[in-house]
Amino acid sequence: MAQRIDVKDLNIYYGSFLAVADVTMNIPARSVTAFIGPSGCGKSTFLRTLNRMHEVIPGARVEGSVSVEGVSLYSSDVDPVAVRRQIGMVFQRPNPFPTMSIAENVLAGVRLNNRRMSRSDAADLVEESLTGANLWNEVKDRLDKPGSSLSGGQQQRLCIARAIAVRPQILLMDEPCSALDPISTLAIEDLIQDLKDEYTIVIVTHNMQQAARVSEQTAFFNIEGTGKPGRLIEMDDTRVMFSSPSRKETEDYISGRFG
Amino acid sequence: MTTTPTRSPQGAEGLRRSRRSGVGSGLFAGLSVGSGALILVVLAAVAAFLLIQAWPALTSAPATLHESIAWFPDKTSLVSFVGPLVFGTLLAAAIALVIATPIAVGIALFISHYAPRRFAAGLGYLIDLLAAIPSVVYGLWGVRVLVGQNGIGQPIQQVLHDVLGFIPLFAGTPARPARSLFIAGMVLAVMILPIITAVAREVFLQTPRLHEEASLALGATRWEMIRMAVLPFGRSGVVSAAMLGLGRALGETMAVLMILSPGFTYSWHILEAGKQQTIAANIAAQFPEANPLGVNTLIATGLALFVITLAVNMLARWIVSRRAEFSGAN
Repeated sequence: MAQRIDVKDLNIYYGSFLAVADVTMNIPARSVTAFIGPSGCGKSTFLRTLNRMHEVIPGARVEGSVSVEGVSLYSSDVDPVAVRRQIGMVFQRPNPFPTMSIAENVLAGVRLNNRRMSRSDAADLVEESLTGANLWNEVKDRLDKPGSSLSGGQQQRLCIARAIAVRPQILLMDEPCSALDPISTLAIEDLIQDLKDEYTIVIVTHNMQQAARVSEQTAFFNIEGTGKPGRLIEMDDTRVMFSSPSRKETEDYISGRFG
Repeated sequence: MTTTPTRSPQGAEGLRRSRRSGVGSGLFAGLSVGSGALILVVLAAVAAFLLIQAWPALTSAPATLHESIAWFPDKTSLVSFVGPLVFGTLLAAAIALVIATPIAVGIALFISHYAPRRFAAGLGYLIDLLAAIPSVVYGLWGVRVLVGQNGIGQPIQQVLHDVLGFIPLFAGTPARPARSLFIAGMVLAVMILPIITAVAREVFLQTPRLHEEASLALGATRWEMIRMAVLPFGRSGVVSAAMLGLGRALGETMAVLMILSPGFTYSWHILEAGKQQTIAANIAAQFPEANPLGVNTLIATGLALFVITLAVNMLARWIVSRRAEFSGAN
């Protein structure tokens, strides 16, 4: 189910502005890979190219290749809509659909693919996904209430349930805990540990302790200055990155001597 | 004079209300409360005017009305005179709304989510210009293009009658020339299109980026994204937009007066001529020739229009509020 991602010589542009330059990395399947780096270094932008979500912004484009299990995401016969169905995404701020109930939110993605679904299948999927997102026990008695009635941490787990309900192969998380309190953050981190057996997970985080806690690989992005493109400085096993990084920039950033 | 910021020497004394800022915010509060109250006063004044002026007609016996007003139909009470007019007004407005709302929502979606940005701005501007055309010009257009000889209204009516004639609405002989309520409703639809489009467009543009991206990230196509994120978010806004349009359609006078061949029945046959009339057009038609009691009677019909408009607006608010919990406002 889980798949690996290979990125080669990727340049990301907004119009004529080069935002991220020359990224090459391999993300193994069934593991958690964390992207760290200062604000504006392009890690979220890069993450969004992994499921072609950056194209949503007018003028954004890429050069280079991103392939999932050898299939290039940017070849002309690939449908970006199909890519996004295979590669789920969780955003920085929880974004359940306010007009839908909790159960409808979970099913939102599934309904796009498969409109005819028996009532009991739908109920099973809702339970399975919410259980998978560690939310079932908290919401099982109010599945028909609006998603926006939940707390921030619960909403974020609802978004994770919505993303895993379509059974994607890869799950991208863009600073999923940055709007959450420590207890909700812990719940999400536990969840990430559970999910990595089944999914390839890529997580962008500002929180280095979080990267150290949840990930197996860490990639460090940096930017030289305003107007310059962000670059991948190095990528290695998380333990190595946090104990003996090979580049000085990484060490400076990790030890807080950045800037 | 130095320009260094003044510091209160007494420390906590600086926390007391300063006189200057008190005057400014007091003035502003007074102005905004005053404007709010003015709306209520105007509304009450209009209601009072209508009631007082309509009173003689409301209290007269049907026989008196008939005797002193030349155009007042035989053997009718005021209520049975106003009834068909209310019916015609609502029917005309409903036709306009049914035609205009889907088109307006389509245009608004095109401008907000499909068209290239530069093109969208120009198109939006053009739509707004439609609102600037005087209603008498719409009336002329309707009379010449839809109703007149070789007007396109007749073939449209004929096709509707042939295809959908089994529905009572489209039964009955299509009018020739096409001075029917349906054609009047079509012109009203064009007239209310800009206001509905403008409001719907603004609402659609305010769809949170977060929700649009949520649906796109689930693998929604653009249309699916619109259905999942944009339309649910804009739902109450579209209802409000339609109500603004309905308000205009209910009160629109000139275009209906110029196009419709009037009649005073409760007929659902919208393709026929001489069956219905709207309140506003009827007032405009009869007012020049009306004697004092006639004017009172017309004002009584105006009172009915006022009440209808209020009722329609309240109904719309109720519809919107029923699902407020899911509106995304919380």
